[in-house]
Amino acid sequence: IQLEVGFRPQSLEPLLLDVVPTIQQTAALALGRLASYNDDLAEAVVKGEILPQLVYSLAEQNRFYKKAAAFVLRAVAKHSPQLAQAVVDCGALDALVVSLEDFDPGVKEAAAWALDYIACHNGELSQAVVDAGAVPLLVLCIQEPELAVKRIAASALNDIAKHSPELAQTVVDAGAIAHLAQMILNPDAKLKRQVFSALSQISKHSVDLAEMVVEAEVFPAVLTSLKDPDEHVRKNATTLIREIAKHTPELSQMIVNAGGVAAVIDYLGDSRGNVRLSGIMMLGYVAAHSENLAMAVIVSKGVPQLAICLAEETEDHIRSATAWALGQIGRHSPEHARAVAMANVLPRLLAFYMDAQSSDDLQAKAKKALKSILQKCTYVPALEPLLHEAPSNILKHVICQFSKVLLHDSKARRLFVTSGGLKKVQEIKAEPGSLLQEYINSINNCFPEEICSYLCFLFALEQLSCFQTLPSNQQECF
Amino acid sequence: MYNLAANFRLAACRHHGNARTRSDMARLEWLQRQIEGIKEEHVIENRYVIALVEHSAAVRLQSWFRGCQVRARLRLLHRKATIIQKVWRGFRARNQFRQMVKVSLLFRPNKIFLLIQRRWRGYYVRKYIHNYYALKRYLEGLTIKNEQVRKDLEEFAELQRREMERLAREREGQRKCLQAQRLHFLLSTEQCPGVFNSPYRDFPHEMELRLRSIKPLLAKNAPLRRDSGGSPACSLPPVPSKKPQGPFRDPAEVLQQRYRPLEPTLRVATSITALEEAREELRREEWRSRVIDDIFQPFSNAHKNRKYERTLHGTSSYEQVDYGTKYFREENKEKRQGEKPFKTVFTTDHVFDKFGQFYSSAGKIV
Repeated sequence: IQLEVGFRPQSLEPLLLDVVPTIQQTAALALGRLASYNDDLAEAVVKGEILPQLVYSLAEQNRFYKKAAAFVLRAVAKHSPQLAQAVVDCGALDALVVSLEDFDPGVKEAAAWALDYIACHNGELSQAVVDAGAVPLLVLCIQEPELAVKRIAASALNDIAKHSPELAQTVVDAGAIAHLAQMILNPDAKLKRQVFSALSQISKHSVDLAEMVVEAEVFPAVLTSLKDPDEHVRKNATTLIREIAKHTPELSQMIVNAGGVAAVIDYLGDSRGNVRLSGIMMLGYVAAHSENLAMAVIVSKGVPQLAICLAEETEDHIRSATAWALGQIGRHSPEHARAVAMANVLPRLLAFYMDAQSSDDLQAKAKKALKSILQKCTYVPALEPLLHEAPSNILKHVICQFSKVLLHDSKARRLFVTSGGLKKVQEIKAEPGSLLQEYINSINNCFPEEICSYLCFLFALEQLSCFQTLPSNQQECF
Repeated sequence: MYNLAANFRLAACRHHGNARTRSDMARLEWLQRQIEGIKEEHVIENRYVIALVEHSAAVRLQSWFRGCQVRARLRLLHRKATIIQKVWRGFRARNQFRQMVKVSLLFRPNKIFLLIQRRWRGYYVRKYIHNYYALKRYLEGLTIKNEQVRKDLEEFAELQRREMERLAREREGQRKCLQAQRLHFLLSTEQCPGVFNSPYRDFPHEMELRLRSIKPLLAKNAPLRRDSGGSPACSLPPVPSKKPQGPFRDPAEVLQQRYRPLEPTLRVATSITALEEAREELRREEWRSRVIDDIFQPFSNAHKNRKYERTLHGTSSYEQVDYGTKYFREENKEKRQGEKPFKTVFTTDHVFDKFGQFYSSAGKIV
């Protein structure tokens, strides 16, 4: 139905009041389709004062009319918060809650869908839906045998619980978690999407809610859903694991002990694109809590997988999430930093930091990750390439680490000289008295005096030879 | 020598044993007096031999005794020498030992305290701060668990994939079967080869083979595309809209007969529990129309509208205490051992014995 300016929904109003019920239902259905097509048409429906009529007849008429009326309400409410508020102001909530108790599953589905679209916009509307007493009825709807009703009820609870902790607590108090947890084993893919999404919205708000979700014994079942054929089910399951893992070390420890880290790493290997984000963030959160957990992530072969993600992905937000996760893994101790450095990650992070085209977020995260890893890194083969390429603020850390390592290890010293690292160190200009100069001095002290002066001499020669090629007037100035 | 005398006496007694006359007794006395003389004679005659024997006996005794004395003395001396040597050797050895200890302390560095500190630090760190070996064991266990989880998930994914493939294949098979059933008219005959059995092909198309193998689809058995509420139970023959030619009834009549509504008798139509339901209905009506729910109290009971509150002492959180309901007096039988039991009946009071009899009522003066 592609109708432009000139059509007024008021012209349908008399049809709604017709004697023949079929005409009423068809008129309502037409209104609904119009309203769902376009924003302006929905506003026109609201302005035409049709909604109170619909709400009134929602309470009385037969089930076909109720379905059609609920369809109109949902079509109007889905466009914007203001339209949803208009729907609420007509007193639609009570009528919809009453039709949630109807026997016909089609009516329940339509009413639940309308409530879902009203509640999804913001917290006040959700609070209004909760105050109308919809939550216990939605929990009852979840237990219905029809799949469509279950899906919509789960989606409605999802949208109610996502706005604030109090709303999530209301949903939990109505006993939703147990029923949602039972439905994880249902074979239907769309239902599982909604269920996982609802559980993750509940658990993201606070530790107690996350613990309640965990106590509902979701855990081994969630890991099997990570191998589900449907992509969104896997994504939502990973989101759930992430929301649970981010709160406390004990919850992360429990996930690690259940083998969740290995499952998520496999998931990262199998998926591509945007859906990897929640998996990467989950690994970052787990590693951030403590060094034992970070070591557990390393042992589960997480670092090579994250390096692959860093190389493959092109989106900036996924790259910055990966950089953050790697920083969290590597910052704890030299062992961790060595594991991260061995995956050849540091040059890539440096490239992201230096690249002018990366977003600010990516640059900041890459810099922070580099710094935190470098402060603990003692793995010389990874530090050397950075020596040649890094800007001065990163170079400071690199030199600091070299000065610590070269003091004790003679083989490393030999390698350092032969690979040209010492030469590069001589080339660095640093202000006397700064930290960088101190580190350079300590490195120079590790080697015999002659070598350092020889290399300085070489460097000076090179500089002179550069100057030789300049035009003559500049030479005169020099 | 002395045996001789004894034998002599014995012999004399034997000889004269039975007849002990006075002369025999005297003779016995005389013989006994002679014994002493004989003895002396014997000794005097053999005095040298006797002296020799006595001498050697005495020497033997004395030598034995002297031997004992000497041995005892030697033993004593031996013991004393041992004690002296013992004391002296101990003294010497202790001196030497002290010397050795002094020497060793001076020249060898002593590292016992380091050992103690080492052991303590290792224990403390492993128990309270960071146990490297426990962490190592945990990580090993974790890798094993991860492998297990990965394997399980792989198997599960494989199972699911196979399941889905199987379902897809079944659906495909059913679809093809349905199509073949619908297109059954394309089967080739002897005269005319069908679409799928072109003469230029080496062998017929698989559709042709399928067409040959299945039964054609009848209209009434066709699976319904749209989900309608028609139940397959009512399989009556269809009623034509126009009366066909012949001895057939009017279709309207037939339809009327077929769809005539059920008219049960009143007896059949009332349910078995009609009486109880009617009573329930009446009760509900009464309850609905009733305005006040409290029972009407007659005036005498108007003040008894308070529920009796039990004392805290008489009730407990688990059950009612018997005291206060079953009995009202505490009885300690141990304390009242010697006392007499409590009297429940007292001596009568004589105040009212003459009640009604003191007053004069025309002559009944007591």
